[in-house]
Amino acid sequence: MSTILNAFAEAGALLASFDADFLAIVGLSLRVSLTAVLIACLIGFPLGAAVALFRFPGRGAVTLMLNTFMGLPPVVVGLLVFLILSRSGPLGVLGLLFTPTAMIIAQAILVTPIIAALTRQIVEDLWREYSDHLRSLDARPLDTLGTLIYDARFSLSTAVLAGFGRAIAEVGAVMIVGGNIDHATRVMTTAIALETSKGNLATALGLGIVLLVLALAVTASVQVINAIGARKAAIA
Amino acid sequence: MSAPQTILPLEVRQLVFEANSTRLLHDINLSLTAGQRTVILGPNGAGKSLLLRLCHGLLRPTSGDINWRGTGTRDRAIRHQAMVFQRPVMLRRTAHANITHTLKIRGVARTERRERADAALALAGLSGLADLPARLMSGGEQQRLALARAWVTEPEVLFLDEPTASLDPAATRAVETLIEGFHAAGTKIIMATHDLGQARRLADEVVFLNKGRLVEFSNAERFFEGPETEDGRAFITGDLLW
Ligand SMILES: Nc1ncnc2c1ncn2[C@@H]1O[C@H](COP(=O)(O)OP(=O)(O)OP(=O)(O)O)[C@@H](O)[C@H]1O
Ligand SMILES: [Mg+2]
Repeated sequence: MSTILNAFAEAGALLASFDADFLAIVGLSLRVSLTAVLIACLIGFPLGAAVALFRFPGRGAVTLMLNTFMGLPPVVVGLLVFLILSRSGPLGVLGLLFTPTAMIIAQAILVTPIIAALTRQIVEDLWREYSDHLRSLDARPLDTLGTLIYDARFSLSTAVLAGFGRAIAEVGAVMIVGGNIDHATRVMTTAIALETSKGNLATALGLGIVLLVLALAVTASVQVINAIGARKAAIA
Repeated sequence: MSAPQTILPLEVRQLVFEANSTRLLHDINLSLTAGQRTVILGPNGAGKSLLLRLCHGLLRPTSGDINWRGTGTRDRAIRHQAMVFQRPVMLRRTAHANITHTLKIRGVARTERRERADAALALAGLSGLADLPARLMSGGEQQRLALARAWVTEPEVLFLDEPTASLDPAATRAVETLIEGFHAAGTKIIMATHDLGQARRLADEVVFLNKGRLVEFSNAERFFEGPETEDGRAFITGDLLW
């Protein structure tokens, strides 16, 4: 019980102190995960929408794959990215291992299937509603894709949040490809893992609370923006 | 509306449509020319919507041909047509944005879109609702918006599938006036309805369908004065059972 109370005190102290090291960790967490989500959106939106829209051989298999990959184990992805980026790996020459870039790559791989799979579902539902009109207009595939993604934007933001939640919370992948190097690749989750293993449970929990608050803040701001926008466009 | 190259007449030959190996349309033969307002009449399930969707190119025939003049396939012809559905598809945008979207799809320059959308909204009597999300509009307003949206594409042919089916008399009037506007501008009207009063008001010629077959195709006056077939007579006296 006292650990938990201490944790809250620790979390408060961390937040109040504006400790540079701590802020750097929070900043890196956000930078890595937000960038990964951005990349995942750039790939996942069009990919998911294309699978929803176009009939092609193997479409069922792609859908199955996307849905399955939503649950990719972070450590496995971390390991694969590690192998690819390690000195003897195919992309070893880039020297990306143990850099934030490697962490972004790993998280983007984790998040892309989530965003693509949810996008497929959302866009497929909207396509059912819009298809008569868009086909009657003889809209080109790219215009159709654009219309559906734009009009589904509020539902899609939920997919983005799911992706962000996955990225900010995972530890396995960033630990393996980032290495939890102080002042370089340490993020909140790896810091928590480290503090826990050192027995600093209060500090670990404090960091955990900050992580939760952060996730809450991001989710809440997206929801507020959504509520305003959705009211304007009458999505409800 | 300028129509440099018309896609009419429409020639429908030996058209058959089947779904799940049930024949829903049987050997339809039809020739539709410019100028005439064509009304497709028939009881529920007669195949009116199917015929419209086939002609517009939203469905592929099981066999038979749908030929627009000067085009071998429907793919180019559809660009000269518009369709208004019974339940209009409203994009999750404002009324105004619903129209500019259509203009954008049809390659109209951004600078022109606003003005043309304003004009179309004014024509449909919707200027005051320009910034209202389309999905909040009433059924009648949505149908007028759908017509305004069709208007900006300057179609040579306008398909309408029971455009007033769930509207009150005033809204029905407004929609019919807009349809007359298309006709006056030179657009060929092809409309499905089972509202006999509306058919009498709007039709120049009647295509009467029953159970997936073309039963009568004649001048509207002749049809309403005395249908040639038993089914036709039964339909206009309200006795047709299906
Ligand atoms: N994809 C489909 N598969 C099976 N049956 C279908 C399909 N589409 C339409 N039908 C059937 O074809 C028949 C004709 O349908 P259609 O919608 O053209 O009728 P309609 O004349 O427009 O009727 P209403 O006045 O009720 O709109 C109906 O019995 C309908 O159930
Ligand atoms: Mg119908």
